[in-house]
Amino acid sequence: MDDVQEQGAEGRSADTRPRDGVAAPDAGIRAPADGTQAHGGLPAAPVTTGAGRFGDGEPGDGQPAPPKMYRRRGGRALAGVACGLADHLGVKVLWVRAAFAVLAGLGGLGVLAYGLLWAFVPQEQRDTSRAELSGRQRQQAYGLIALGVGLTVIGGVLSGVLTGWAGLPVAVVLVGVAVVWREADETQRRRWRKGAKSGVAGVVFGGGGVSATIRVLAGVAGVVTGIGLIVLRGSGLAQLQFAVVAVLATLIGVALLTVPFWLRLVRDLGDERRARIRTEERAEIAAHLHDSVLQTLALIQKRSDHPREVTRLARGQERQLRAWLYGPNGYGTPNRDASAPGSDGPGEAESAPATLAQAVAEACGQVEDTFAISVQQVVVGDVELDDGLVALVQAAREAIVNAAKHAGVDEVSVYAEVEPTAVTAFVRDRGAGFDPDGVPEDRHGLSDSIRGRMERGGGSCRVRTAPGEGTEIQLEMPRSDSTGNKDSGAKDSGGRDTGGKDTGGKGDDGESDSASGRATHDRAAQGAAS
Amino acid sequence: MTTDDPRTTDGPGTTDGTDSPAGTIADAESSGGHEAQPSDRPVTVFLVDDHALFRAGAKAELQSISDEIRIVGEAGSVGEAVAGITRMRPQVVLLDVHMPDGGGAEVLRRLRGELPDVVFLALSVSDAAEDVIAVIRAGARGYVTKTISSTELVQAIVRVADGDAVFSPRLAGFVLDAFAERPGAEPISDPELDQLTPRERDVLRLLARGYAYKEIASELFISVKTVETHVSSVLRKTQLSNRYELSRWATDRRLV
Repeated sequence: MDDVQEQGAEGRSADTRPRDGVAAPDAGIRAPADGTQAHGGLPAAPVTTGAGRFGDGEPGDGQPAPPKMYRRRGGRALAGVACGLADHLGVKVLWVRAAFAVLAGLGGLGVLAYGLLWAFVPQEQRDTSRAELSGRQRQQAYGLIALGVGLTVIGGVLSGVLTGWAGLPVAVVLVGVAVVWREADETQRRRWRKGAKSGVAGVVFGGGGVSATIRVLAGVAGVVTGIGLIVLRGSGLAQLQFAVVAVLATLIGVALLTVPFWLRLVRDLGDERRARIRTEERAEIAAHLHDSVLQTLALIQKRSDHPREVTRLARGQERQLRAWLYGPNGYGTPNRDASAPGSDGPGEAESAPATLAQAVAEACGQVEDTFAISVQQVVVGDVELDDGLVALVQAAREAIVNAAKHAGVDEVSVYAEVEPTAVTAFVRDRGAGFDPDGVPEDRHGLSDSIRGRMERGGGSCRVRTAPGEGTEIQLEMPRSDSTGNKDSGAKDSGGRDTGGKDTGGKGDDGESDSASGRATHDRAAQGAAS
Repeated sequence: MTTDDPRTTDGPGTTDGTDSPAGTIADAESSGGHEAQPSDRPVTVFLVDDHALFRAGAKAELQSISDEIRIVGEAGSVGEAVAGITRMRPQVVLLDVHMPDGGGAEVLRRLRGELPDVVFLALSVSDAAEDVIAVIRAGARGYVTKTISSTELVQAIVRVADGDAVFSPRLAGFVLDAFAERPGAEPISDPELDQLTPRERDVLRLLARGYAYKEIASELFISVKTVETHVSSVLRKTQLSNRYELSRWATDRRLV
């Protein structure tokens, strides 16, 4: 060990140590180890002091410079510091442990060095496999630990650094703290293996059962005993002040030493909360899929000889799943009628008919379910429903129903847009179409259900259709919360509208405002873009 | 434009093959026009989807329905897709939006700079705005949902291969929404990118209403080519604009 050579920082990677036949790893420990060295001006402390600053080419680590030292996770006796250091330096663990023990006798230096390394050197990756300690190694290690502690106490007493009355209690305090700290480390490992328990107690005891509890309690008892002894010893009046200082120092020391523990605690709590949320979400998704998709699939299998029915079921299920996934409340909220806020995008507006988009979606869904057709709906903008808009949605629904019944197609397009002064809706199919003039007088669907509704609400309706050319019902309803005048733009931009295919609808003779829908439309667009 | 125009397999939802070069200048508002690249036929297509079942189905259906496209490869993960697309250099990539390891957006991010000639058409079961907008902003030239009929899918592939954009009605609605003028919105920083022209709005509205390009053209008295120009221009604005709504949707998917 004596051949561990101290080198200047410059000599890092070039520095080699011809020792043990191991490919010359040189230390290069990170900053904290420097602290060790600062205390270690002792010639008899080659390993720890030598660990101060070296370049390092730790073999097998696979990391280019600067290689790090890691505390071992497996095959360790206390915290894996000695093993890690031995790996790092390429010497036998026994020597490192012995050096720590010897150092411990020199004013507790070994203990200090060990503690600092423990605090600052990270643990190696948890999946690194290590052989566990053999029985003999374990005996040696524990023997050396005991020796080190003993030497610390004896050395302290002899050198007068720790006066006789304080030496024992302080030693007890230190041991107690060490035990608690070690427990935090072990708890951590166990938690990685077993997953989370809940609460602070779960973090401290970590599901380790009786032994962990005993160890934690022992640690706490150690600290308390130490403090108690100090207090009792210092009961003399003259020593009272000193005793208080000693107690405070102890407490501060404990707090400082357990900082990593508390940090871990906080992090673990966060991890645990996340894990719990994930689990709950998973359970909810599973439950939802079971209640909806699986049931529908079962139904589909039963009805597989009815194509229309299968289509209807599939569409209905698809819509429902979409609402659940992308609806205003996201997939986490199966309660579709929850207080859905006014959504600001059509993609988010698939439930709870409080707004136009939701009402349109619901109407389309109902028709899809009833007639086994596909209704493609697009809604731009959104607004709270009022009486006029309810009428608009009902009229649109009627128009979709008409298309589903008469057009002979399996897809209908619905488009609704909220404009500054009005809401427009278009229901379009590419189906049979009809001759508006040839509609029998006794057919009331269009005139009553659609036109009548719109006009009672103050809106208007146009129909463009011809046999074989499909049908488009155009609906417009002025917004009650708007001061705009929807008719004002009818003239100046009317030329944009292709009046060519526009015809009056059933029972409608030359609807005068037939162009106003598009005209307003264009005006709004111009206004918006200018 | 192309002499052997691919849009001759006409059907609902497509343009026809009647666009002439004159059509491109027919409309005065036509701006920022693009030239469709004459494409080799058949269009080479690469399928990316993590559902093997969907890939198999789409492959069989696409190849049986049309000889205009040829599937040259497929991949089930982001890594496979990046490797396969780099190797095969297809004209069009049919890209699933939802996949493990970042999904279609990740594939786009890794390949857009490297392979600017490869065109991506996003394909998804999702209709959520943030998915649609995000993948468009990541560089896809179109977005269709998986419920699209095979004929329409073929037409969409051919169209993006020719450099056009493909907007489903839902996407048109989202874009209109994103570019809407809302009271209290922040001021427009880049008028060229942050606003749609009135005519672009008209085109988008008609798209959202379910009109095919041909129908839009006759509705607005412009040529199909001009419609395509407007849609491409809207696509460009959707991809480049920094409007809050667009950035927000993209940020929600941790893009940009």
